[in-house]
Amino acid sequence: MKCRICGQKAVVNMRQHKLALCKDHYLEWIPEQTERFIEKYKMFTREEKVLVAVSGGKDSLSLWDILQRLGVQADGLYICLGIDGPMSPTGEGLSYSSESQRLTEKFADERSLKLHIVDVQKEYGATIPQFALKSHRGRGKPCSVCGLVKRHVMNRIARDFGYDVLATGHNLDDEAAVLFGNTLTWAGEYLLRQGPVLPGTPGLARKVKPLCRIYEREMLAYALLRGIEYIYDECPFSVGSTSIYYKQLLNRLESDRPGAKQSFYLSFLEARKSGLFAEREEIQAELHLCPKCGQPTSAPGLCSFCRMMSR
Amino acid sequence: MVKLILRKQEYEVRPGMTLLDALKKNNILPEGVICTRDSELIAEDEILKDGDVIKLIAAISGG
Repeated sequence: MKCRICGQKAVVNMRQHKLALCKDHYLEWIPEQTERFIEKYKMFTREEKVLVAVSGGKDSLSLWDILQRLGVQADGLYICLGIDGPMSPTGEGLSYSSESQRLTEKFADERSLKLHIVDVQKEYGATIPQFALKSHRGRGKPCSVCGLVKRHVMNRIARDFGYDVLATGHNLDDEAAVLFGNTLTWAGEYLLRQGPVLPGTPGLARKVKPLCRIYEREMLAYALLRGIEYIYDECPFSVGSTSIYYKQLLNRLESDRPGAKQSFYLSFLEARKSGLFAEREEIQAELHLCPKCGQPTSAPGLCSFCRMMSR
Repeated sequence: MVKLILRKQEYEVRPGMTLLDALKKNNILPEGVICTRDSELIAEDEILKDGDVIKLIAAISGG
């Protein structure tokens, strides 16, 4: 298989694009595509301050790398969740958080990038697994609590440090899996909110997903070819998760029909744009400000995060 | 023989087949992995040679 651009030996073949590329051209192609989607979906301008949420995984570190290569001034935010030690259900991942933090700090240090670190236990008094034990959310699994805490911290840091935009490393497989789950249950409100850009509201920075059109496998290839050290082990709590199951199902479909994942996601975005669903404004609930943390919340009184913290 | 390694699992295939055929023979979806030999990425039309050790890196992550 030869690189379509130079004819040298290809190292990555993307069947959905009918495109094979050598290492050098692949490493040019990914940032070009990312820049294209940043512009297409009007994610941010060069004048805006960008905060990248980094987990130590391949996608978020690669996103930070790509933004640097594109000349975007982007700082990082790492949230230490405290997923270390014997509380993990499989007995594995004993140093998941500490190792992912080490890799993130190393990445930032080597490139002289600014990194905010928030240690959930130090700032809020408990690790994510400890919060999950106290909370009724998620029936003992910490993923729901983890999402709630991460959203709160990301919004807080973006607001406190004046960032206009919060960028996350969600790739097309992440988006297609979420879409698949929401479609199976016709979760209308979630379907309306899903997209490359979640507009900002007073108190909440705009959220953008610059990798939303790039397959997860392609992001892995990018991280490997760029020599980015990332945490390979799964979060121990994600083993057997529904999102991973949906990704596997979609990959089976993709194997038989190259481009199926991409088509699923893109036709959803098109359908929404052309009015298949109600406009978001029509059903959007009035937002209130949480009297404790000041972040927007859908009902009057404390937000979900502050309610959990007060228990 | 050719050895394929995916996390803690090892598979053996005969030399002479393509990487794509070797993956399919072991029910591994090419969409879910990147394949490397001697730390270099290889495409799925690569013909596997006797003694090759192919490391498969899983693409899917969750959480």
